[in-house]
Amino acid sequence: MNRLIMTTALVAAGAMPAFAQEVSDNVVKIGILNDQSGVYADFGGKASYEAALMAVEDFGGTVLGQPIEVVTADHQNKADIASNIARQWYDTEQVDAIMELTTSSVALAVQALSKDADKITITTGAATTELTGAQCAPNSFHWAYDTHALAVGTGGALVDQGGDTWFFLTADYAFGYSLEEQTTEFVESKGGTVVGSVRHPLTNPDFSSFLLQAQASGAKVIGLANAGLDTQNAIKQAAEFGIVQGGQRLAALLFTLAEVNGLGLEAAQGLSLTESFYWNRDEASAEFGNRFMERTGVMPNMVQAGTYSAVLQYLKAVDAAGTDATEAVSAKLHEMPVDDVFAQGGTVGANGRLYKDVYLMEVKKPGDSDIPWDYYNVLQTIPGDQAYISPEDSGCPLVNG
Amino acid sequence: MTDATHTTSSTFTGARHLRTVMLIAILIFLIAAPFLFYPIFVMKILCFALFAAAFNLLLGYTGFLSFGHAAFFGGAAYFTAHAMKEWGTTPEVGILIGVAGAAALGLVIGLIAIRRQGIYFAMITLALSQMFFFYCVQSAWTHGEDGIQSVPRGHLFGLIDLNVTTNMYFFVLAVFLIGIGIIWRFVNSPFGMILKSIRENEQRTVSLGYAVDRYKLGAFVMSAALAGLAGGLKAIVFEFATLTDVAWQMSGEVILMTLLGGIGTMIGPVVGASLVVTLQNELATSDFPVTIVTGLVFMACVLLFRRGLVGEFYASRLGRRLGFRPEQ
Repeated sequence: MNRLIMTTALVAAGAMPAFAQEVSDNVVKIGILNDQSGVYADFGGKASYEAALMAVEDFGGTVLGQPIEVVTADHQNKADIASNIARQWYDTEQVDAIMELTTSSVALAVQALSKDADKITITTGAATTELTGAQCAPNSFHWAYDTHALAVGTGGALVDQGGDTWFFLTADYAFGYSLEEQTTEFVESKGGTVVGSVRHPLTNPDFSSFLLQAQASGAKVIGLANAGLDTQNAIKQAAEFGIVQGGQRLAALLFTLAEVNGLGLEAAQGLSLTESFYWNRDEASAEFGNRFMERTGVMPNMVQAGTYSAVLQYLKAVDAAGTDATEAVSAKLHEMPVDDVFAQGGTVGANGRLYKDVYLMEVKKPGDSDIPWDYYNVLQTIPGDQAYISPEDSGCPLVNG
Repeated sequence: MTDATHTTSSTFTGARHLRTVMLIAILIFLIAAPFLFYPIFVMKILCFALFAAAFNLLLGYTGFLSFGHAAFFGGAAYFTAHAMKEWGTTPEVGILIGVAGAAALGLVIGLIAIRRQGIYFAMITLALSQMFFFYCVQSAWTHGEDGIQSVPRGHLFGLIDLNVTTNMYFFVLAVFLIGIGIIWRFVNSPFGMILKSIRENEQRTVSLGYAVDRYKLGAFVMSAALAGLAGGLKAIVFEFATLTDVAWQMSGEVILMTLLGGIGTMIGPVVGASLVVTLQNELATSDFPVTIVTGLVFMACVLLFRRGLVGEFYASRLGRRLGFRPEQ
């Protein structure tokens, strides 16, 4: 008997430090870094942090017997503030991975410094394909969406739905051009034609002359190759011009549930857009959406649901690797399939891109929406390998050696 | 020699000694800072402090409120980042290219803007810097919203590895001290005296026979070049250049820093910049919305201490006893 107790004690004593060594600093720490007070505060914001907390709770609160901690900061859309915080997190606060990273300048900057610091990043808030293209990094992942998927979804799939002539309202800067260019490619590859386009200045308050041109063009689809406030203004004013009632379709190339909610169904009805998540798509997503709603007061969009999935998958990878060491976890993240409420049968490419379905949606008419936040009809599901650039074509130097 | 004069002169030298001691204390603090605080954070403060000091050269000593200094700061960051990343120049050459670019921008904008005064001057500088902002948004070499990323820090003079944080810090500190030194020399030169006289009474300066426009342009270009020095330095510290630094909000931020610290003082902008950067950093991880808090701080500054923190200190009894003189 005595002997048995002794052995148990020894085993326990032997096991404890072994466990402690597997996880650095006896805690797995995740940083959620995004805009919480500026223009993207609804796009991701504090709700993304809540999504991360939910993922930790759903995972069980501990991994490998060690506690999980989530820290958050508001980068105010400034890459220098983000960079400062990220470095400080890595150097002095033992943060193991940083996620969310709304806006491309921030995401690229933090991804670059994480590469040097040998840490993991999972971007859900930024759109640029550069993250898994020329500037890709071995331990960095891009989770929720990118400009290519938006262009394929809204551009390519909408042609299948009968929208075969297009007119673009394009924001007059690099982001607008690349959206227009990529979308044009998919419209034309599906046999559609672009009948014209007009460029408007960034943060433009008055779209009337541009909308009149679009209306006069007779195109079936008016593509809004812009973002944020510009898209919202264009949609509001298009509603005043009765463009959707006149039989033309509006297609927003970067727009999410949070912004539809901000505009209201009256103005946004009939709008086509692409997201990689919709809360009322199936039972599991509705259950997740309602739980999220209880905590935050809003339904999750693809950025917030994507952040939930990223945190959950990261914890699964830590668990599978048996350590929180960057290289081992990163290897697991690359090889493990992603199956959760956000992604079903998702796979991760060598460039760090998550390949999962994206959805072409149409905003419902006010009369068709019976429960709050029930805003979309899913028109079409686009498989991940069609929506995203394949690792081989991404231009990422890590693919093919 | 009477007793009275003796006492006055001894307090005077006493105050002078005390000021020297304060200066040395600040220097020691700056040398020790990277070991006490997070080095990157201190470097960021130094970059912004230099930027604010350069801005103050124009606002505090010449009396011109520019609302377009972000163009010089952010522009230089782009020039330096581009030179170092695409042409592979060493850091010192990169910074010089940034400074030269900012000075050239300053010359163009200054030539147009100095023809007007007050609010019109501010609006012209704002408009021209916005033109530059949209140029940066659209042109290919600045990479639009992505910014120029992964700029290599490189080796200073081809020898000192700036990827080592301590090396980088002391390089930043050296550039900062040189920058502040130039501003100090400039302000206390005959040229600076004429600038102050333009601030006080432009007509009278004209009547004394000075070509006022040339002095104004000189001060504008000088301020732009020094703002560029700060911008180029920041690009190397953070290894990127983005639109944030050329946006009009940055022009507003530097005004806030300068007013908060105290216009027309050497130390004021440095104190103001430290305060604003610290606020931004500390509030980032708190639940308070950053923009609202900064706004409240600015309101409190305008309502309660108009001379700014350092300006009020100079004007206080303690400050006067130490021999400081408030500028206004």
